[in-house]
Amino acid sequence: MELLYKPWPWYLAGPVIGLTVPLLLWMGNKRLGISSSLRHICAACLPAKIPLFSYDWKKELWSLFFAGGLLLGGIIGGLIFANPDPVAISSKTIEYLSSIGVSQHAGLMPTEIYNWENLISLKGFIVMIVGGFFVGFGTRYAQGCTSGHGILGLSALQWPSLVATASFFVGGILFSRFVLPFILSL
Amino acid sequence: MKNLGYLFVGIVFGLALTKGEAISWYRIQEMFRLESFHMFGIFMTAVPIGAISIYLLTKFRVKTLEGHPIEKPKKHFHPGIIIGGIIFGFGWALTGACPGPLYAQIGSGTIVTIATLLAALLGTWVFGRIQHWLPGFN
Repeated sequence: MELLYKPWPWYLAGPVIGLTVPLLLWMGNKRLGISSSLRHICAACLPAKIPLFSYDWKKELWSLFFAGGLLLGGIIGGLIFANPDPVAISSKTIEYLSSIGVSQHAGLMPTEIYNWENLISLKGFIVMIVGGFFVGFGTRYAQGCTSGHGILGLSALQWPSLVATASFFVGGILFSRFVLPFILSL
Repeated sequence: MKNLGYLFVGIVFGLALTKGEAISWYRIQEMFRLESFHMFGIFMTAVPIGAISIYLLTKFRVKTLEGHPIEKPKKHFHPGIIIGGIIFGFGWALTGACPGPLYAQIGSGTIVTIATLLAALLGTWVFGRIQHWLPGFN
């Protein structure tokens, strides 16, 4: 039983993630990708005659079911069978985070940043809202995210996906090195 | 009914992301600071397994459940891959989330991530609204 609460090592999580690629193709030529679900929700809720959102989103309903599955997977793995211990990140990262005022507790997310009151603070607004905006804007502009380019595109040996994945990491590494410390210290 | 199958694959994918801690803000900070192998280990096992699977599916001309030929996914290059990719990288570093983990973060009990998901929807919508003024689409 205790095993159910333990986090998975990379050599278990990685292969399971990789196997969803052929599974979705086999089930109905579906391409792994989640940023497209954001597009479908826009098309369903507020198309506003924008060409990007003017299509029959009901044909892409599978993508929303898949996203619903992600939510349920989060409930099962992160709530019902939640790991009672803090995430085992490296001591260097713990040291860095505490130096800018982010302490680590049990759970996957830093609750001192991720809470409702913080949404109206400058730090919380930048992390949660501006950050979310960048995720939605950037993935749509890049026509894919970590799963669509980083897993599926690379698996299909598509060089544009290699450029995309490299860009994700260049953006993330530069931002976390030069900008994020100032935001988190706010 | 078929959609329930996709729901199930989504659950497995979400479970792997959550239990593999790929949805953890802490893990993403650690990854971008290159201070652990964990996240890179996930990519470096997921991608070869996906690649070998696609190779085998096409080599043996496996048909889909409905009997259609499997189409190899193609991705085309345009400037947004780089510009949008970098903008997404900023967002990933801030939120510790790509679109998939956003859903799983909400499920795992950080309910306030709903606000981040709504912001991501707004970002997607604004992109659609202004894309004709952006490099790569005009």
